[in-house]
Amino acid sequence: MFSPARAWREYPQRYRLEAAKCTECSKILYPPRLVCPACGGRTFTPEILPREGKVVTFTVIRVPPAGFTEQTPLPLALVELANGVRLMVQIGDVENPETLEIGMPVRLEFRRISWDGEAGVIFYGHKAVRAGS
Amino acid sequence: MTVGIVGYGAFVPRRRIKLEEIAKVWGADAPAYKRGLQLFEKSVPGADEDTVTMSVEAARNALARSGGVDPADIGALYIGSESHPYAVKPSGTIVAEAIGAVPALHVADLEFACKAGTESLFIAQALVKAGEVKYAVGIGADTSQGAPGDALEYSAAAGAAAFIFGADEDLILAEIVDTYSWTTDTPDFWRREYMHYPRHGSRFTGEPAYFRHSMNSARGMMDKAGLEPGDFAYAIFHQPNGKFPMRVGKKLGFTNEQLETGWLSPWLGNTYSGASPIGLTAVLDIASPGDLILLTSFGSGAGSDSFVIRVTGRISEVQDLAPKTREQLDENKIYLEYGAYAKLRGKIRMAE
Ligand SMILES: [Zn+2]
Repeated sequence: MFSPARAWREYPQRYRLEAAKCTECSKILYPPRLVCPACGGRTFTPEILPREGKVVTFTVIRVPPAGFTEQTPLPLALVELANGVRLMVQIGDVENPETLEIGMPVRLEFRRISWDGEAGVIFYGHKAVRAGS
Repeated sequence: MTVGIVGYGAFVPRRRIKLEEIAKVWGADAPAYKRGLQLFEKSVPGADEDTVTMSVEAARNALARSGGVDPADIGALYIGSESHPYAVKPSGTIVAEAIGAVPALHVADLEFACKAGTESLFIAQALVKAGEVKYAVGIGADTSQGAPGDALEYSAAAGAAAFIFGADEDLILAEIVDTYSWTTDTPDFWRREYMHYPRHGSRFTGEPAYFRHSMNSARGMMDKAGLEPGDFAYAIFHQPNGKFPMRVGKKLGFTNEQLETGWLSPWLGNTYSGASPIGLTAVLDIASPGDLILLTSFGSGAGSDSFVIRVTGRISEVQDLAPKTREQLDENKIYLEYGAYAKLRGKIRMAE
Protein backbone atom coordinates (compact mmCIF):
# COMPACT_ATOMS: atom_id res chain seq x y z
CA MET A 1 0.00 0.00 0.00
CA PHE A 2 1.34 3.46 -0.86
CA SER A 3 0.91 6.49 1.36
CA PRO A 4 -1.30 9.33 0.07
CA ALA A 5 1.75 11.64 0.24
CA ARG A 6 3.89 9.39 -1.92
CA ALA A 7 1.09 8.84 -4.43
CA TRP A 8 0.56 12.62 -4.58
CA ARG A 9 4.25 13.25 -5.35
CA GLU A 10 4.02 10.71 -8.16
CA TYR A 11 0.90 12.15 -9.85
CA PRO A 12 2.81 13.29 -12.98
CA GLN A 13 3.99 9.74 -13.71
CA ARG A 14 0.92 7.93 -12.34
CA TYR A 15 -1.84 10.19 -13.74
CA ARG A 16 -0.27 11.60 -16.90
CA LEU A 17 2.34 8.94 -17.76
CA GLU A 18 5.09 11.54 -17.65
CA ALA A 19 8.49 9.94 -18.23
CA ALA A 20 11.90 11.66 -18.05
CA LYS A 21 13.93 11.99 -21.25
CA CYS A 22 17.69 12.30 -20.72
CA THR A 23 18.98 15.49 -22.34
CA GLU A 24 22.40 13.82 -22.90
CA CYS A 25 21.56 10.47 -24.52
CA SER A 26 17.76 10.77 -25.12
CA LYS A 27 16.98 7.63 -23.11
CA ILE A 28 13.41 7.70 -21.79
CA LEU A 29 13.10 6.68 -18.13
CA TYR A 30 9.84 5.48 -16.60
CA PRO A 31 9.46 5.85 -13.73
CA PRO A 32 11.64 8.98 -13.81
CA ARG A 33 14.95 8.82 -11.93
CA LEU A 34 17.54 11.32 -10.73
CA VAL A 35 20.46 9.83 -12.68
CA CYS A 36 20.36 8.31 -16.19
CA PRO A 37 21.49 4.65 -15.93
CA ALA A 38 22.75 4.78 -19.54
CA CYS A 39 25.06 7.83 -19.44
CA GLY A 40 25.00 9.21 -15.90
CA GLY A 41 23.22 12.35 -17.12
CA ARG A 42 21.32 14.36 -14.52
CA THR A 43 19.11 16.62 -16.65
CA PHE A 44 15.80 15.50 -18.11
CA THR A 45 12.80 16.86 -19.99
CA PRO A 46 9.29 15.49 -19.34
CA GLU A 47 7.97 13.18 -22.05
CA ILE A 48 4.41 11.78 -22.14
CA LEU A 49 4.42 8.06 -22.89
CA PRO A 50 2.35 6.65 -25.74
CA ARG A 51 -0.60 4.57 -24.49
CA GLU A 52 -0.35 1.72 -27.02
CA GLY A 53 1.86 -1.32 -26.59
CA LYS A 54 2.03 -5.10 -26.23
CA VAL A 55 2.47 -7.64 -23.45
CA VAL A 56 6.06 -8.93 -23.22
CA THR A 57 5.34 -11.29 -20.34
CA PHE A 58 2.82 -11.62 -17.51
CA THR A 59 2.03 -13.36 -14.25
CA VAL A 60 -1.20 -13.86 -12.30
CA ILE A 61 -1.15 -13.18 -8.55
CA ARG A 62 -3.78 -15.18 -6.69
CA VAL A 63 -2.92 -14.12 -3.14
CA PRO A 64 -2.60 -10.35 -3.52
CA PRO A 65 -1.40 -7.89 -0.88
CA ALA A 66 -3.76 -5.68 1.18
CA GLY A 67 -5.52 -3.09 -0.93
CA PHE A 68 -5.85 -5.46 -3.90
CA THR A 69 -8.06 -8.24 -2.48
CA GLU A 70 -11.13 -7.26 -4.51
CA GLN A 71 -9.06 -7.62 -7.69
CA THR A 72 -8.21 -11.33 -7.34
CA PRO A 73 -6.82 -12.90 -9.50
CA LEU A 74 -4.52 -9.95 -10.19
CA PRO A 75 -2.67 -10.12 -13.52
CA LEU A 76 0.59 -8.15 -13.78
CA ALA A 77 2.40 -7.59 -17.05
CA LEU A 78 5.63 -6.27 -18.46
CA VAL A 79 4.39 -4.10 -21.33
CA GLU A 80 6.47 -2.65 -24.16
CA LEU A 81 5.03 0.63 -25.40
CA ALA A 82 5.10 1.87 -28.99
CA ASN A 83 8.28 3.89 -28.29
CA GLY A 84 10.12 0.88 -26.82
CA VAL A 85 9.75 1.88 -23.15
CA ARG A 86 8.90 -1.10 -20.90
CA LEU A 87 6.89 -0.86 -17.71
CA MET A 88 5.26 -3.17 -15.14
CA VAL A 89 1.51 -2.66 -14.94
CA GLN A 90 -1.65 -4.43 -13.85
CA ILE A 91 -3.79 -5.82 -16.65
CA GLY A 92 -7.40 -4.67 -16.40
CA ASP A 93 -10.68 -6.12 -17.71
CA VAL A 94 -9.63 -9.74 -17.24
CA GLU A 95 -12.50 -11.95 -16.11
CA ASN A 96 -10.64 -15.09 -17.18
CA PRO A 97 -6.81 -15.06 -16.91
CA GLU A 98 -6.71 -18.02 -19.37
CA THR A 99 -7.39 -15.50 -22.13
CA LEU A 100 -4.11 -13.62 -21.52
CA GLU A 101 -1.31 -14.12 -24.01
CA ILE A 102 2.19 -12.86 -24.70
CA GLY A 103 2.20 -10.38 -27.58
CA MET A 104 -1.38 -9.27 -26.78
CA PRO A 105 -1.91 -5.68 -27.98
CA VAL A 106 -2.87 -3.40 -25.08
CA ARG A 107 -3.59 0.24 -24.34
CA LEU A 108 -3.11 2.02 -21.04
CA GLU A 109 -6.33 3.21 -19.42
CA PHE A 110 -6.90 5.30 -16.32
CA ARG A 111 -8.12 3.01 -13.52
CA ARG A 112 -8.27 2.54 -9.76
CA ILE A 113 -5.04 0.77 -8.86
CA SER A 114 -5.79 0.05 -5.21
CA TRP A 115 -7.90 1.37 -2.39
CA ASP A 116 -7.56 1.41 1.33
CA GLY A 117 -10.79 -0.41 2.34
CA GLU A 118 -14.10 1.44 2.13
CA ALA A 119 -13.02 4.53 4.07
CA GLY A 120 -9.45 5.13 2.88
CA VAL A 121 -7.99 6.94 -0.08
CA ILE A 122 -8.35 5.60 -3.63
CA PHE A 123 -5.11 5.33 -5.65
CA TYR A 124 -5.49 5.95 -9.37
CA GLY A 125 -3.10 5.22 -12.20
CA HIS A 126 -2.94 3.23 -15.42
CA LYS A 127 -3.66 -0.38 -16.29
CA ALA A 128 -3.11 -2.19 -19.55
CA VAL A 129 -6.31 -3.44 -21.20
CA ARG A 130 -6.68 -5.50 -24.36
CA ALA A 131 -6.75 -3.23 -27.41
CA GLY A 132 -8.74 -3.77 -30.60
CA SER A 133 -11.48 -6.37 -30.97
CA MET B 1 -20.13 35.30 -29.98
CA THR B 2 -20.50 31.75 -31.28
CA VAL B 3 -19.82 29.09 -28.68
CA GLY B 4 -19.73 25.41 -29.40
CA ILE B 5 -18.31 21.97 -28.82
CA VAL B 6 -14.66 21.77 -29.93
CA GLY B 7 -14.10 18.19 -28.74
CA TYR B 8 -16.29 15.31 -27.55
CA GLY B 9 -15.73 11.77 -26.36
CA ALA B 10 -17.42 8.87 -24.59
CA PHE B 11 -16.33 5.95 -22.47
CA VAL B 12 -18.33 2.75 -21.98
CA PRO B 13 -16.97 -0.06 -19.74
CA ARG B 14 -16.49 -3.44 -21.47
CA ARG B 15 -18.43 -5.58 -19.02
CA ARG B 16 -22.11 -6.39 -19.69
CA ILE B 17 -24.84 -8.36 -18.02
CA LYS B 18 -27.88 -9.59 -19.89
CA LEU B 19 -31.31 -8.88 -18.50
CA GLU B 20 -32.12 -12.64 -18.40
CA GLU B 21 -29.16 -13.21 -16.09
CA ILE B 22 -30.59 -10.76 -13.53
CA ALA B 23 -34.19 -11.95 -13.96
CA LYS B 24 -33.14 -15.59 -13.44
CA VAL B 25 -31.77 -14.82 -9.96
CA TRP B 26 -34.96 -13.12 -8.79
CA GLY B 27 -37.36 -15.53 -10.50
CA ALA B 28 -38.65 -12.61 -12.57
CA ASP B 29 -40.24 -12.89 -16.00
CA ALA B 30 -37.44 -11.84 -18.40
CA PRO B 31 -39.56 -11.61 -21.58
CA ALA B 32 -42.04 -9.35 -19.76
CA TYR B 33 -39.25 -7.06 -18.56
CA LYS B 34 -37.69 -6.95 -22.03
CA ARG B 35 -41.04 -5.97 -23.56
CA GLY B 36 -42.02 -3.61 -20.76
CA LEU B 37 -38.73 -1.74 -20.36
CA GLN B 38 -37.15 -2.51 -23.76
CA LEU B 39 -33.87 -3.46 -22.13
CA PHE B 40 -31.65 -6.31 -23.35
CA GLU B 41 -28.34 -5.82 -21.54
CA LYS B 42 -26.46 -3.14 -19.61
CA SER B 43 -22.88 -2.06 -18.97
CA VAL B 44 -21.23 -2.91 -15.65
CA PRO B 45 -18.16 -1.12 -14.28
CA GLY B 46 -15.16 -3.21 -13.17
CA ALA B 47 -13.94 -2.98 -9.56
CA ASP B 48 -11.28 -0.57 -10.89
CA GLU B 49 -13.69 1.68 -12.83
CA ASP B 50 -15.63 4.59 -11.36
CA THR B 51 -16.94 8.04 -12.29
CA VAL B 52 -13.40 9.45 -12.20
CA THR B 53 -11.72 6.81 -14.38
CA MET B 54 -14.48 6.91 -17.00
CA SER B 55 -14.43 10.73 -17.00
CA VAL B 56 -10.67 10.77 -17.61
CA GLU B 57 -10.98 8.42 -20.60
CA ALA B 58 -13.95 10.34 -22.04
CA ALA B 59 -12.08 13.66 -21.59
CA ARG B 60 -8.99 12.24 -23.32
CA ASN B 61 -11.18 11.18 -26.24
CA ALA B 62 -12.61 14.72 -26.32
CA LEU B 63 -9.09 16.20 -26.34
CA ALA B 64 -8.12 13.84 -29.19
CA ARG B 65 -10.97 15.36 -31.24
CA SER B 66 -10.23 18.96 -30.21
CA GLY B 67 -7.69 19.86 -32.87
CA GLY B 68 -4.91 20.39 -30.36
CA VAL B 69 -6.53 22.29 -27.47
CA ASP B 70 -3.75 22.78 -24.87
CA PRO B 71 -5.15 21.34 -21.60
CA ALA B 72 -3.49 24.27 -19.80
CA ASP B 73 -5.98 26.57 -21.59
CA ILE B 74 -8.95 24.79 -20.00
CA GLY B 75 -10.34 27.29 -17.50
CA ALA B 76 -13.17 25.25 -16.00
CA LEU B 77 -14.08 21.58 -15.56
CA TYR B 78 -17.36 20.24 -14.20
CA ILE B 79 -18.45 16.65 -13.60
CA GLY B 80 -22.10 15.87 -13.10
CA SER B 81 -22.70 12.55 -11.36
CA GLU B 82 -24.66 10.90 -8.58
CA SER B 83 -21.85 8.40 -8.02
CA HIS B 84 -18.81 10.51 -7.19
CA PRO B 85 -16.29 8.08 -5.59
CA TYR B 86 -15.88 10.26 -2.50
CA ALA B 87 -18.66 11.84 -0.42
CA VAL B 88 -16.16 14.58 0.46
CA LYS B 89 -13.30 15.22 -2.00
CA PRO B 90 -13.97 16.31 -5.55
CA SER B 91 -13.84 14.04 -8.60
CA GLY B 92 -13.02 16.98 -10.86
CA THR B 93 -9.59 17.63 -9.35
CA ILE B 94 -8.45 14.08 -10.18
CA VAL B 95 -9.72 14.38 -13.75
CA ALA B 96 -8.16 17.85 -14.20
CA GLU B 97 -4.83 16.55 -12.88
CA ALA B 98 -4.93 13.50 -15.18
CA ILE B 99 -5.60 15.53 -18.35
CA GLY B 100 -3.04 18.20 -17.45
CA ALA B 101 -5.50 21.06 -16.89
CA VAL B 102 -4.31 21.99 -13.36
CA PRO B 103 -3.73 24.37 -11.62
CA ALA B 104 -5.24 27.51 -13.21
CA LEU B 105 -8.86 26.40 -13.55
CA HIS B 106 -12.22 26.35 -11.78
CA VAL B 107 -13.52 22.88 -10.81
CA ALA B 108 -16.80 21.68 -9.33
CA ASP B 109 -18.68 18.42 -8.94
CA LEU B 110 -22.36 18.79 -9.74
CA GLU B 111 -25.37 16.80 -8.60
CA PHE B 112 -28.97 16.71 -9.83
CA ALA B 113 -29.89 13.04 -10.19
CA CYS B 114 -29.70 12.09 -13.88
CA LYS B 115 -29.41 15.63 -15.24
CA ALA B 116 -26.14 16.49 -13.47
CA GLY B 117 -24.35 15.71 -16.75
CA THR B 118 -26.19 18.28 -18.86
CA GLU B 119 -25.89 20.72 -15.96
CA SER B 120 -22.13 20.57 -16.40
CA LEU B 121 -22.54 21.18 -20.14
CA PHE B 122 -24.95 24.05 -19.49
CA ILE B 123 -22.57 25.85 -17.12
CA ALA B 124 -19.41 25.12 -19.14
CA GLN B 125 -20.79 26.58 -22.37
CA ALA B 126 -22.21 29.59 -20.50
CA LEU B 127 -18.81 30.44 -19.00
CA VAL B 128 -17.20 30.36 -22.43
CA LYS B 129 -20.04 32.50 -23.79
CA ALA B 130 -19.50 35.04 -21.00
CA GLY B 131 -15.84 35.27 -21.95
CA GLU B 132 -14.72 34.08 -18.49
CA VAL B 133 -12.64 31.16 -19.76
CA LYS B 134 -11.10 30.12 -23.09
CA TYR B 135 -12.17 26.48 -22.88
CA ALA B 136 -14.47 24.68 -20.42
CA VAL B 137 -15.08 20.95 -20.01
CA GLY B 138 -18.47 19.48 -19.11
CA ILE B 139 -18.72 15.80 -18.18
CA GLY B 140 -21.63 13.50 -17.32
CA ALA B 141 -20.67 10.16 -15.73
CA ASP B 142 -22.20 7.57 -13.43
CA THR B 143 -21.78 4.07 -12.05
CA SER B 144 -25.19 3.98 -10.44
CA GLN B 145 -26.79 1.10 -8.60
CA GLY B 146 -30.22 -0.34 -8.04
CA ALA B 147 -31.02 -2.40 -4.94
CA PRO B 148 -30.84 -6.18 -5.64
CA GLY B 149 -34.18 -7.32 -7.07
CA ASP B 150 -35.51 -3.76 -7.52
CA ALA B 151 -36.67 -2.71 -10.99
CA LEU B 152 -33.71 -0.30 -11.13
CA GLU B 153 -31.29 -3.22 -11.01
CA TYR B 154 -32.26 -4.10 -14.59
CA SER B 155 -31.27 -0.66 -15.86
CA ALA B 156 -28.58 0.96 -13.62
CA ALA B 157 -25.43 1.08 -15.77
CA ALA B 158 -22.11 2.88 -16.20
CA GLY B 159 -20.66 5.28 -18.77
CA ALA B 160 -19.33 8.79 -19.34
CA ALA B 161 -19.32 11.54 -21.94
CA ALA B 162 -17.12 14.64 -22.05
CA PHE B 163 -17.41 17.84 -24.08
CA ILE B 164 -14.92 20.68 -24.48
CA PHE B 165 -16.53 24.05 -25.22
CA GLY B 166 -14.78 26.94 -26.89
CA ALA B 167 -15.34 30.00 -29.05
CA ASP B 168 -12.68 29.46 -31.78
CA GLU B 169 -14.68 29.47 -35.00
CA ASP B 170 -12.06 27.17 -36.60
CA LEU B 171 -12.38 24.53 -33.88
CA ILE B 172 -16.14 24.41 -33.29
CA LEU B 173 -17.55 21.10 -34.52
CA ALA B 174 -21.07 21.78 -33.24
CA GLU B 175 -22.45 25.17 -32.29
CA ILE B 176 -24.66 25.65 -29.21
CA VAL B 177 -27.53 27.58 -30.79
CA ASP B 178 -29.71 27.97 -27.69
CA THR B 179 -30.54 26.47 -24.28
CA TYR B 180 -33.62 26.17 -22.04
CA SER B 181 -34.38 24.58 -18.66
CA TRP B 182 -37.65 23.49 -17.03
CA THR B 183 -37.56 22.73 -13.30
CA THR B 184 -40.04 22.05 -10.45
CA ASP B 185 -39.82 20.38 -7.06
CA THR B 186 -41.04 16.81 -7.65
CA PRO B 187 -40.12 13.98 -5.22
CA ASP B 188 -40.03 11.11 -7.73
CA PHE B 189 -36.66 9.56 -6.79
CA TRP B 190 -34.18 10.10 -3.97
CA ARG B 191 -31.32 8.70 -1.96
CA ARG B 192 -30.53 9.95 1.53
CA GLU B 193 -26.97 10.38 2.82
CA TYR B 194 -25.28 7.05 3.82
CA MET B 195 -27.88 4.95 1.97
CA HIS B 196 -26.46 2.54 -0.62
CA TYR B 197 -29.45 2.42 -2.91
CA PRO B 198 -31.97 5.02 -4.07
CA ARG B 199 -35.73 4.86 -3.61
CA HIS B 200 -38.34 5.89 -6.11
CA GLY B 201 -41.96 6.92 -6.15
CA SER B 202 -42.79 3.88 -8.30
CA ARG B 203 -45.56 4.88 -10.75
CA PHE B 204 -45.04 8.50 -9.74
CA THR B 205 -41.77 8.49 -11.73
CA GLY B 206 -43.38 8.40 -15.17
CA GLU B 207 -46.05 10.98 -15.98
CA PRO B 208 -45.54 13.84 -13.47
CA ALA B 209 -41.76 13.52 -13.47
CA TYR B 210 -40.07 12.21 -16.63
CA PHE B 211 -42.73 12.96 -19.23
CA ARG B 212 -43.94 16.30 -17.85
CA HIS B 213 -40.46 17.78 -17.48
CA SER B 214 -38.96 16.35 -20.68
CA MET B 215 -41.90 17.49 -22.80
CA ASN B 216 -42.15 20.97 -21.29
CA SER B 217 -38.41 21.47 -21.64
CA ALA B 218 -38.28 20.24 -25.24
CA ARG B 219 -41.38 22.27 -26.23
CA GLY B 220 -40.09 25.36 -24.43
CA MET B 221 -36.75 24.99 -26.19
CA MET B 222 -38.33 24.67 -29.64
CA ASP B 223 -40.68 27.63 -28.97
CA LYS B 224 -37.77 29.79 -27.79
CA ALA B 225 -35.64 28.90 -30.84
CA GLY B 226 -38.58 29.12 -33.29
CA LEU B 227 -38.10 25.50 -34.37
CA GLU B 228 -40.30 22.41 -34.68
CA PRO B 229 -39.57 18.67 -34.65
CA GLY B 230 -39.31 18.50 -38.45
CA ASP B 231 -36.34 20.92 -38.38
CA PHE B 232 -34.11 18.49 -36.50
CA ALA B 233 -31.98 15.68 -37.91
CA TYR B 234 -31.71 14.07 -34.46
CA ALA B 235 -33.31 14.26 -31.02
CA ILE B 236 -31.92 12.73 -27.82
CA PHE B 237 -33.80 12.30 -24.54
CA HIS B 238 -32.88 10.93 -21.12
CA GLN B 239 -32.89 7.13 -21.15
CA PRO B 240 -33.97 5.56 -17.83
CA ASN B 241 -34.97 2.46 -19.84
CA GLY B 242 -35.49 1.64 -23.51
CA LYS B 243 -39.14 2.63 -23.61
CA PHE B 244 -39.41 6.15 -22.16
CA PRO B 245 -37.13 8.07 -24.60
CA MET B 246 -38.89 6.64 -27.66
CA ARG B 247 -42.31 7.33 -26.17
CA VAL B 248 -41.52 10.92 -25.20
CA GLY B 249 -39.96 11.55 -28.61
CA LYS B 250 -43.02 10.21 -30.44
CA LYS B 251 -45.37 12.26 -28.22
CA LEU B 252 -43.46 15.39 -29.23
CA GLY B 253 -43.73 14.52 -32.91
CA PHE B 254 -40.29 13.03 -33.65
CA THR B 255 -39.85 9.99 -35.89
CA ASN B 256 -37.90 6.75 -35.34
CA GLU B 257 -35.21 7.98 -37.74
CA GLN B 258 -34.63 11.10 -35.63
CA LEU B 259 -34.58 9.17 -32.35
CA GLU B 260 -32.77 5.90 -33.03
CA THR B 261 -29.18 7.13 -33.40
CA GLY B 262 -28.96 8.54 -29.88
CA TRP B 263 -31.11 5.74 -28.37
CA LEU B 264 -28.58 3.52 -26.60
CA SER B 265 -30.36 2.35 -23.45
CA PRO B 266 -31.61 -1.07 -24.72
CA TRP B 267 -27.95 -2.20 -24.98
CA LEU B 268 -26.26 0.21 -22.55
CA GLY B 269 -28.81 0.56 -19.74
CA ASN B 270 -29.40 3.78 -17.85
CA THR B 271 -26.12 5.61 -17.34
CA TYR B 272 -27.89 8.33 -15.30
CA SER B 273 -25.87 11.56 -15.67
CA GLY B 274 -24.11 10.00 -18.65
CA ALA B 275 -27.27 8.94 -20.49
CA SER B 276 -28.34 11.78 -22.81
CA PRO B 277 -24.73 13.11 -23.12
CA ILE B 278 -23.51 9.68 -24.32
CA GLY B 279 -26.49 9.67 -26.70
CA LEU B 280 -25.22 13.00 -28.05
CA THR B 281 -21.75 11.51 -28.67
CA ALA B 282 -23.33 8.66 -30.68
CA VAL B 283 -25.18 11.26 -32.78
CA LEU B 284 -22.07 13.42 -33.33
CA ASP B 285 -20.22 10.25 -34.44
CA ILE B 286 -22.37 10.08 -37.58
CA ALA B 287 -23.83 13.61 -37.95
CA SER B 288 -23.30 15.73 -41.08
CA PRO B 289 -22.53 19.45 -41.42
CA GLY B 290 -25.67 21.55 -40.96
CA ASP B 291 -27.60 18.94 -38.95
CA LEU B 292 -29.69 20.35 -36.11
CA ILE B 293 -29.77 18.28 -32.88
CA LEU B 294 -32.17 18.57 -29.93
CA LEU B 295 -30.75 17.31 -26.61
CA THR B 296 -33.16 17.10 -23.66
CA SER B 297 -32.07 15.58 -20.36
CA PHE B 298 -34.12 14.72 -17.30
CA GLY B 299 -33.14 14.54 -13.66
CA SER B 300 -35.40 13.42 -10.84
CA GLY B 301 -36.31 15.95 -8.28
CA ALA B 302 -36.99 17.28 -11.01
CA GLY B 303 -35.73 19.20 -14.01
CA SER B 304 -34.90 19.01 -17.67
CA ASP B 305 -32.22 20.88 -19.67
CA SER B 306 -32.53 21.35 -23.43
CA PHE B 307 -29.99 22.36 -26.05
CA VAL B 308 -30.27 23.14 -29.75
CA ILE B 309 -27.00 22.17 -31.43
CA ARG B 310 -25.96 22.83 -35.04
CA VAL B 311 -23.21 20.63 -36.53
CA THR B 312 -20.47 22.41 -38.49
CA GLY B 313 -18.20 21.41 -41.37
CA ARG B 314 -15.42 20.36 -38.96
CA ILE B 315 -17.38 17.31 -37.77
CA SER B 316 -16.15 14.96 -40.50
CA GLU B 317 -12.50 15.74 -39.65
CA VAL B 318 -12.88 14.66 -36.01
CA GLN B 319 -15.26 11.70 -35.99
CA ASP B 320 -12.47 9.12 -36.52
CA LEU B 321 -9.96 10.67 -34.10
CA ALA B 322 -11.20 8.70 -31.04
CA PRO B 323 -13.21 5.50 -30.42
CA LYS B 324 -16.82 5.93 -31.55
CA THR B 325 -19.60 5.35 -29.04
CA ARG B 326 -21.42 2.55 -30.94
CA GLU B 327 -18.09 0.75 -31.41
CA GLN B 328 -17.48 0.88 -27.65
CA LEU B 329 -21.00 -0.44 -27.14
CA ASP B 330 -20.77 -3.28 -29.67
CA GLU B 331 -17.14 -4.45 -29.54
CA ASN B 332 -14.87 -6.04 -26.93
CA LYS B 333 -17.71 -7.01 -24.60
CA ILE B 334 -17.18 -9.23 -21.54
CA TYR B 335 -20.41 -10.92 -20.39
CA LEU B 336 -20.82 -11.51 -16.65
CA GLU B 337 -22.84 -14.02 -14.67
CA TYR B 338 -24.82 -12.66 -11.73
CA GLY B 339 -22.29 -13.88 -9.13
CA ALA B 340 -19.39 -11.98 -10.71
CA TYR B 341 -21.67 -8.97 -11.19
CA ALA B 342 -22.80 -8.98 -7.54
CA LYS B 343 -19.18 -9.16 -6.37
CA LEU B 344 -18.11 -6.29 -8.63
CA ARG B 345 -20.98 -4.06 -7.60
CA GLY B 346 -20.31 -4.58 -3.90
CA LYS B 347 -23.62 -6.37 -3.40
CA ILE B 348 -21.62 -8.96 -1.47
CA ARG B 349 -20.01 -7.40 1.61
CA MET B 350 -16.36 -8.44 2.01
CA ALA B 351 -14.62 -8.97 5.36
CA GLU B 352 -12.03 -6.22 5.90
ZN1 LIG C 1 21.32 9.47 -20.59
